[in-house]
Amino acid sequence: MDKYVCNVCGYVYDPAEGDSENGISPGTSFDKVPDDWTCPVCGAPKSEFTKE
Amino acid sequence: MTACEIKKDIYWIGAVDWDRRNFHGYSLSPQGTTYNAFLIKDQKNTIIDTVEDRFAGTLLCNVAHVMPPSEIDYIVVNHVEPDHSGALPALVKAAKPEKIICSVMGEKALKEYYDTTDWPLHVVKTGDSLSIGSRTLRFVETRMLHWPDSMMTYVEEDKLLISSDAFGQNYASSARFADEVDQAELARQLSRYYANIVLPFSSVTLKLLDEFGKLGWPVDMIAPDHGLIWRGEGVARVLEDYRRFALQKPVNRAVVFYDTMWRSTEKMAHAIAEGLFEAGTPVRVMSLKSDHHSDVMAEVFESGAVLVGSATHNNGVLPLVSGMLTYMKGLKPQNKVAAAFGSYGWSGEALKHVTELLTAMHFEVVEGVRAKNRPTHEQLKACVELGRTVAKALQAKIAAS
Repeated sequence: MDKYVCNVCGYVYDPAEGDSENGISPGTSFDKVPDDWTCPVCGAPKSEFTKE
Repeated sequence: MTACEIKKDIYWIGAVDWDRRNFHGYSLSPQGTTYNAFLIKDQKNTIIDTVEDRFAGTLLCNVAHVMPPSEIDYIVVNHVEPDHSGALPALVKAAKPEKIICSVMGEKALKEYYDTTDWPLHVVKTGDSLSIGSRTLRFVETRMLHWPDSMMTYVEEDKLLISSDAFGQNYASSARFADEVDQAELARQLSRYYANIVLPFSSVTLKLLDEFGKLGWPVDMIAPDHGLIWRGEGVARVLEDYRRFALQKPVNRAVVFYDTMWRSTEKMAHAIAEGLFEAGTPVRVMSLKSDHHSDVMAEVFESGAVLVGSATHNNGVLPLVSGMLTYMKGLKPQNKVAAAFGSYGWSGEALKHVTELLTAMHFEVVEGVRAKNRPTHEQLKACVELGRTVAKALQAKIAAS
C-alpha cells in the first residue's frame, strides 16, 4: 500500500500505521480514508496529499 | 513604548524587545525585535494577538493607556506561537473576554499550551467574518505560514491586514511604521526574516498571494506581528518582495562558505571567490567560525550560487559545515547552482558527502575540487576555474529562467 505525503506540512500517511488518533485503523489504504479526514498535523484536506 | 494609534481607534499595544539577539533559539536578530499586538475600539473592543509572556505587564499597561482591560470583549489569536500568545493567560484573566477567536488548528494548539478550561473559544475558518460594531473582521487561515494554526485578520472598513508572522522583520525601533526607518537596513531584515523563517513555505506563500489577489480586498496597511508596519507605497512593495522571495529566481550573486582546520580549505575558498568574481559574479566569502548559520542562510537566500567547503575530519564533514547544511536543507532553498570543495589529510570523504547533500537539495551541482594537505598552485588554479565554471553555469541559468 502506498504512502501519501501532505503537500502543506510534509506529514506522511502510512497505511500500515493509519491515524488511530482520528479513527483510522492500521492497514487502511489511503483511498479508504474518508474524504472529510484532514491532515493530523496541519489540518490540510485529503486533496492536498500526493503519493510519496 | 506605550500604546500608539495607527488608524482611527486602532492602537498598537505591543512590546519592543530591544536586546533580543537570539530569536527562537535558531536565528540571530541583530536589531532586536518587537511583538506587535493591536487593540480596536468599537462596540466590541477587540485585541488581536498578544506578546511574549515576559512582556505581559507591558501589554496590559498599554491596554490601560487606551481603556481598562476589563472592557475588552474579544481577543483574536492569529497565531499560538508563544511570542504571540504568551501573555494570553494574563490578558484573559484581566479582560474576561466574551470570545477568544482562533482557527481550528489554533484551538488545538491553545489547548495544548494553556489551561483553556473556562476560555470562551470561538473557532473561525477562511471566509468567516465577525462584526464588532462599526467594523467587520474577516479571517483568512494561512496554514503552514508558518505554523498549522496561523491565520490573518482583515479589518474591512480600515483596509488593514493584520498579517501575523508574514511580512514581519526582527526590528526593534521607537518607530512603528516601515517608512520611518533606514530603508536598506529594513530590506536586509525583511529578507533575513524570510530566509530563516518563511522560506520552506514559499509554495504556500505564492498560493496565498494569488488567493488574496482574487479576494480583491483593498489593503492600505499591513501590520505584521514583528517589526514595522507597512503603509502607503510600502504595502505594494512588501507584497512584491514576498512574491520575489517565494519565486526564488536565481540572481547573479554567490556565497562561498566553509570551515577549515589548517587554512587549506580557506585558501581554496578564496581562490574560488576569485574565479567567480573574475567571471562576473559578485561573491561573499564566509567562514562558519566567524559567521552564525542564520547570517550565512540570509546570504544563501540572496545568492544564486552556493559553494560549500569542508576539510575532511574523521572520514566525514566538519561539524559546523554539517550543522549549516542540515539547517539549510530544512529551509528548502531552491534554484541554486552549487559545488563542494575542501582539503584532506588522508582519505578525503568530505567532498563526496557535501556533494551528496547539495544534490539532495535539488541544486544544480558542479563537480568540486579537493586538495591533499596544502593545495598546490595547480590545485588553486583548479579552484579559480571552479569559480569561473559556477559563475558561467549560474549566468546561463539566469538567462534561461
